[in-house]
Amino acid sequence: MATEIELDINGKRRAIHTEPDTTLLSALRDQLDLTGTKYGCGEGQCAACTVLMDGSPRRSCLTRATTAAGKKIVTIEGVAQNGRLHPVQQAFLEEQAFQCGYCTPGMILTALALLKSNPDPSDDEIAQFMEGNICRCGTYPRIVAAIHRAARMMRSSAHES
Amino acid sequence: MPSTILGKRIKRKEDPRLIQGRGHYVDDIKLDGMLHMAFARSIHAHARIKSVNVAAARSSPGVVDVITGEEIKGKLGLVPCAAGIEGLKVPDHPCLATGKVCYVGEPIAAVVATDRYLARDAADKIEVDYEPLPVVTDPEKALQAGSTVIHPELGDNVAFVARLEGGDWKAVESDSSLKVIKQRLINQRLAPASMETRGVVAHYSPGEETLTVWSSTQIPHILKTQLALMLGIDEPHCRVIAPEVGGGFGSKLNLYGEEGVACYASRKLGKPVKWIESRRENLLATVHGRDQINDVEVYVQPDGKVVGLKCWIIADLGAYHQLLTPAIPTLTALMILGCYHIKNVFVETKGVFTNKMATDAYRGAGRPEATYVIERVMDMVARELNMDAADLRMKNFPSPDEFPLDLPTGVTYDTANYQKTLKRLLKISGYSRLRKEQEKLRKQGKYLGLGLSTYVEICAMGPSSRMPAGGWEFGAVKVEPTGKVMVLSGTSPHGQGEETTFAQIAADVLGIPFDDVTVYHGDTFQVPMGIGTFGSRTTAVGGTAIHNAAMQIRKKMARIASHKLGVKPGELIFSEGKIHTRDGAKSMGFAEVAAEAIFAKQLPEGIEPGLAAHSFFEPSNYTFPFGAHLAVTEVDAETGEIKLRNYYAVDDCGRVINPMLVDGQIHGGLAQGIGQALWESHVYDENGQLMTGTLMDYAVPKAHQFPWFETETMETKTPINPLGAKGVGEAGTIGSTPAIVNAVVDALRPLGVRHLDMPLQPEKVWRILKQHATA
Repeated sequence: MATEIELDINGKRRAIHTEPDTTLLSALRDQLDLTGTKYGCGEGQCAACTVLMDGSPRRSCLTRATTAAGKKIVTIEGVAQNGRLHPVQQAFLEEQAFQCGYCTPGMILTALALLKSNPDPSDDEIAQFMEGNICRCGTYPRIVAAIHRAARMMRSSAHES
Repeated sequence: MPSTILGKRIKRKEDPRLIQGRGHYVDDIKLDGMLHMAFARSIHAHARIKSVNVAAARSSPGVVDVITGEEIKGKLGLVPCAAGIEGLKVPDHPCLATGKVCYVGEPIAAVVATDRYLARDAADKIEVDYEPLPVVTDPEKALQAGSTVIHPELGDNVAFVARLEGGDWKAVESDSSLKVIKQRLINQRLAPASMETRGVVAHYSPGEETLTVWSSTQIPHILKTQLALMLGIDEPHCRVIAPEVGGGFGSKLNLYGEEGVACYASRKLGKPVKWIESRRENLLATVHGRDQINDVEVYVQPDGKVVGLKCWIIADLGAYHQLLTPAIPTLTALMILGCYHIKNVFVETKGVFTNKMATDAYRGAGRPEATYVIERVMDMVARELNMDAADLRMKNFPSPDEFPLDLPTGVTYDTANYQKTLKRLLKISGYSRLRKEQEKLRKQGKYLGLGLSTYVEICAMGPSSRMPAGGWEFGAVKVEPTGKVMVLSGTSPHGQGEETTFAQIAADVLGIPFDDVTVYHGDTFQVPMGIGTFGSRTTAVGGTAIHNAAMQIRKKMARIASHKLGVKPGELIFSEGKIHTRDGAKSMGFAEVAAEAIFAKQLPEGIEPGLAAHSFFEPSNYTFPFGAHLAVTEVDAETGEIKLRNYYAVDDCGRVINPMLVDGQIHGGLAQGIGQALWESHVYDENGQLMTGTLMDYAVPKAHQFPWFETETMETKTPINPLGAKGVGEAGTIGSTPAIVNAVVDALRPLGVRHLDMPLQPEKVWRILKQHATA
């Protein structure tokens, strides 16, 4: 039975129809046209579909839309603010830390969650935290470098403000 | 004048949209009234189909149509194979199976429904009555007399046998001073596993009688021709668009049955039809890579000079040919001598049918296999003769002044300096220091290994004489009345960043800011002709076409400006958005000259209005990039786990247009090549069931598995194109796999290990350590 629920996505209230098995990924992409979140495997094995739910990275392909109700969801479309890229996005650009771009939204959101909990991660901490995110283009060393760069940028702007 | 823009680390034009999730991949396309398709696939590797019952699927909610193999017979053409090999056997390969199935995952029927979930649910209700047949998955068994024959109408399971021979084997075989070293090497099956799976949106518009297809493809123009043929549509009525493509690695250099069925369904129903491959389908039914058995024999002088090489290749082609399936192993034969001037060669390649998904191009496509063979063999020779692996290689390199170099394989290497890259590698890695460290650690019972690989690859595919669909590439440059420039390319990049490279090339020729150039590719209605992106050809062939088109524009603009300024065209320089004399005394803005050309008020005599030019660049040969890699590995004596401690790579891909992109290609290539050596293997059981059908089972490399790569590039420009660029997309993959295996075998040398087959997963190594401990 389809029911209508409201989700808090990128700071906006959005109404969706859900069946009991509707995934958050499907709701985002098929109903809300937020197509930046990508399908990679549908089985939680690649993390291309990662979104933030109350600040934690979640595989939207394995998350039922109903369980997202009442939580704050951030997708890649909500990362840049007022037309300005987030430092993590800026750092990925500077380090050229992606090629085909398909895994990138999931990478960025996972990196955001990492830097929120650990503002100055080591190489190992980055690699371990990002372990579930697959990049077949093989840009991993640059992703690690980009996250270090983003961490520096975020620390220095926190220092200034 | 040195270029201000070529060779610079310029950030990619593609990136701002991708970093914000604003790129449009196939699955992001939504059209009014769009229907969704799902496939019922074979669960058997080999079976007769007694019946296909679609009644339950038809009455399933949301279902609009169910299409079977019987329905499309005679209405939709076969999946094409373009490989030109003498005597090649080509089995009928329908888009949907009829009568029998030959591999697990073969499409049998398609359901079209109002949403993708309803389509999937209905597809699962299709009942197929199978009569299982004997299955053959081992290509050597498929060659045995009495084996089940997958395509009985073809007689046996041998698709082709190709022989390549050169030199004077009588002399070699009668020389008793030569040492003969033999080894069997296995190049296991891999999954390309691009992050974006395959996908297609087909939209047949009955009014205009036009078919528009959005496909996640590397070859929109070839796809357009082939779909027009398959569907019997006049080619000018068929448009293919490759939107943003999330990786291909060769697997999207193809035309798949599913694409044909989507187009057929759209034409039949008069509605847009979308099909998006699931990950399980991707691992099962998108082409696989590699899968060769190589029996190699080398003939070596006592001083280490290798004089002859023989190799017998058994290539597991799978059940049917995809677009280039049989052509891939023939590239292995072509490159089997690597960067050594070995005067005598014999290669026999046997392509064999088995009850598996087809193999086809996967990053490197035939060359990683060749490089693996020759580079493993060189290490074996060094060890047999107790020589250092680097010294042995140096001894067998041709000298730089021998190029262009004719090889007995029939190819001509354009230009190289193998000594230079190897010397540089030894220096930046501290090779001799590492050897001393290794010696010290061995005394402590620790296993450190050094693995070299000096590779050469064949790129910039290629002369049209060697390519079934032609090997040229199309490029066009247009100057708008505002002075902004549009570049069109017939290539179809999908993550390589060529919008940036191409803009650099055009901006350099025209002396205009990089930001004034916009590059388009991937739409056959926008770009008149094209071949595509594969075989590390995009910059070297496609970039050259753009360069040549821009040169025509420049010539014309120089004539127009010279007429206005009263100087000779040859006196004019294009730089910083101006066209001016060397002393700057006379000058016009680029946009000003563009307006002159387009508004056409005072053109010099004999000059036509407008500024648009195109070029079909036909390369006279392939290019042959090369490099030297060193892997440093540690083997954990307790667990058998291999730690890649350091990786050094010195690559020479000719002229570098953008070092940031070149490094990125090397990094990505390394990740895939190292993946094959250490982790990846696509495994079927003897019943033809795929054992590695999810990303939980198939070990795509992850972030924590790599060290920082120490990479350097050198530039030996090719004379084959005016840019001097050779190609770099596959170099990392080709060079790295043998480096890793050589390093691990070197680490385990104290245990008497001579060879290990890939992937070198910890269990395999642990068993060897354990064996040794108990012995």
